[in-house]
Amino acid sequence: MIGFELVRRAAPSRHMQVLAPVQAVLLTLLAGLALFAALGQDPLRAFHEFFIAPVSSANGLSEWLLKASPLCLIGLGLAVAYRANVWNIGAEGQMYIGGVCATGLAIHFQDSWGPFLLPAMIVAGALGGMFWASITALCRARFNASEILVSLMLTYVANMVVKYLVFGPWQDPQANNFPLTVEFQDDALFPLFAALGWEWFEGARLNLSIVITLVAIPLAWFFCERTFAGFQLAVAGVAPAAARYAGFSAPRAVWVAMLASGGAAGLAGVSEVAGPIGQLNDRWTPEYGFTAIIVAALARLNPLAVPFAALLMALLYLGGESVQIELQLPKSISQVFQGLLLMFLLGSEVLVRFRLRRRREGGSVQATERSVDAGARRSPGEGQR
Amino acid sequence: MSLSITPLVASAIAAAIPLLIAALGELVTERAGLLNLGVEGMMLLGALAAFAAITHGAGLPVALLAGMLAGAAGALVYGFLTISLQASQVATGLSLTILGTGISSFIGRGYVGYRAPETFEPLPIPGLATIPGIGPLFELNVLGYAAVLAIGAVWYFLQRSRWGLELRSVGESPSVARSLGLKVNRIRYAAVLFGGAMAGTAGTYYALAQLKMWQEGLTSGNGWIALALVVFATWRPARVAIGALLFGGVTALGLWLQTVGVGVSTFALASLPYVATILVLVSISADRQALRRHAPAALGKPFFDGD
Repeated sequence: MIGFELVRRAAPSRHMQVLAPVQAVLLTLLAGLALFAALGQDPLRAFHEFFIAPVSSANGLSEWLLKASPLCLIGLGLAVAYRANVWNIGAEGQMYIGGVCATGLAIHFQDSWGPFLLPAMIVAGALGGMFWASITALCRARFNASEILVSLMLTYVANMVVKYLVFGPWQDPQANNFPLTVEFQDDALFPLFAALGWEWFEGARLNLSIVITLVAIPLAWFFCERTFAGFQLAVAGVAPAAARYAGFSAPRAVWVAMLASGGAAGLAGVSEVAGPIGQLNDRWTPEYGFTAIIVAALARLNPLAVPFAALLMALLYLGGESVQIELQLPKSISQVFQGLLLMFLLGSEVLVRFRLRRRREGGSVQATERSVDAGARRSPGEGQR
Repeated sequence: MSLSITPLVASAIAAAIPLLIAALGELVTERAGLLNLGVEGMMLLGALAAFAAITHGAGLPVALLAGMLAGAAGALVYGFLTISLQASQVATGLSLTILGTGISSFIGRGYVGYRAPETFEPLPIPGLATIPGIGPLFELNVLGYAAVLAIGAVWYFLQRSRWGLELRSVGESPSVARSLGLKVNRIRYAAVLFGGAMAGTAGTYYALAQLKMWQEGLTSGNGWIALALVVFATWRPARVAIGALLFGGVTALGLWLQTVGVGVSTFALASLPYVATILVLVSISADRQALRRHAPAALGKPFFDGD
């Protein structure tokens, strides 16, 4: 068979570490153009509606940052966790609980806590996310249960917690049985940029919660690259045996990873309920917690690359909404793009550790490059033996 | 209130069948050393393909075939990335679930609210189906009977057949298997495709035997529960069946308690299967030795056929 085969590189390629995400994005764009064409749309117009139109106004830019901010925040936490090889895929649920805890304060102390309410909500949200993540950490560190399955199951449970609250005790009595809480008062909301005198953002929903994200970016970088705890985490992820030998505690790595990612997700929950949503309802997130998994992967777990990955994924959300309005395509098209992007990324990353070589004819050439044993085994004639 | 437990057993079995089908498929995949977290995505792809086929006038066999092929197509992508391109199994499985969910809700948009014109209906075995208590076991649809037969078939294949032995050796030590002359990658592809076809069948069951209409995300996390079932069963087919019944029982109990109206929130009852999954995972995994003894030794580890 004529084709290519993979050859392991002596060391991971630095060029490909940067080029693999770029290649994945380009492949996704090409696939997107093909998809639009297959749907009978003019690919260029669809491309424009999807990627350009949504962000070509001040309001569009505000919406872009507003969506990128929670994605970036959760993505940073997940990058820290995945470095330790702790696969927290339940950030969505941790975000729900963060939002729930903040909402609890907002609706019970609207009138009494004044300027202290919002800071208290932020702390409560982070703690809520960490609490929900700590259940997974306990199951993993103490009982050896798969953190993937436990954190995901807890997301379904968290969804039920939200539903219970907004259909039950926290439901706004004036909401005609709609599953939502009362709208938050100003004390419980992040101030809008527009209200702070930024005229350019007049009428836009961008609020101060992005400051949390802007602070978290250098913090996550500093933790990963400049602290001993971050180093221990990375060793635990890349070489568990070496970490054990060095006396780094594996359960502690699990706890640090889960609490960091859970806390970040909880904060993202606060920034949503106390931001653009302004209340709690039963469908307040477009699955930021799951999309952030792609953000972390696309950034190759590098905290400084996470913001760019988050902006890209946020653009996919906006594009999906735009083509739904302009071209009457289901907005779940953005989820298709997300999945494709991750697939292309995983396929492209192979070139970091391997290079492609044209497959040669005959077994003798191969035998000179491998051990004789391996060459003979893979010779083309073997199938007919 | 009727004290008969027969309806409870019936709904437990109905909930157990698709879990059983998907978990048996994943079990075979994992015994070959590959952890495919894309079960939920493959189930949704299968459900969509089967529902689309039946809506456009195909018969039930063709719809089932479409469901199986769609699940297997998702599995093929997973196999290509993990087996041929050495991508991370965890990340690839996750992305398959994301992509499958996306595609099924994108294309499924056009089917929301449609009823399936033709569905898998129960085929009671005369005489046996009326036995109180266990009667529902003899009142399955054709997919249900096939699932029950599949328990024995998968067991026989893995434990008693030469191909099964080869598959297991690939999952225990691919390098040794290769040095014995086995085509490791080919066997792994076959195992992954089988898992995909089974997940597609489970999706078909949800679309055409259980809900009988199209609904976004109609598998509601059951693909993940199937994954947990494989761990619960410590990679043994008969235990998968027991686990599926147990989980089906928990689901049925929740539904039953909702209808009789005990003073517990419906949302608490609806989260029962997920909580049960966590408890079961914790209790099984805590015995590290037993888990290590039964888990395929090469599960989740990349194997490069070229060094």
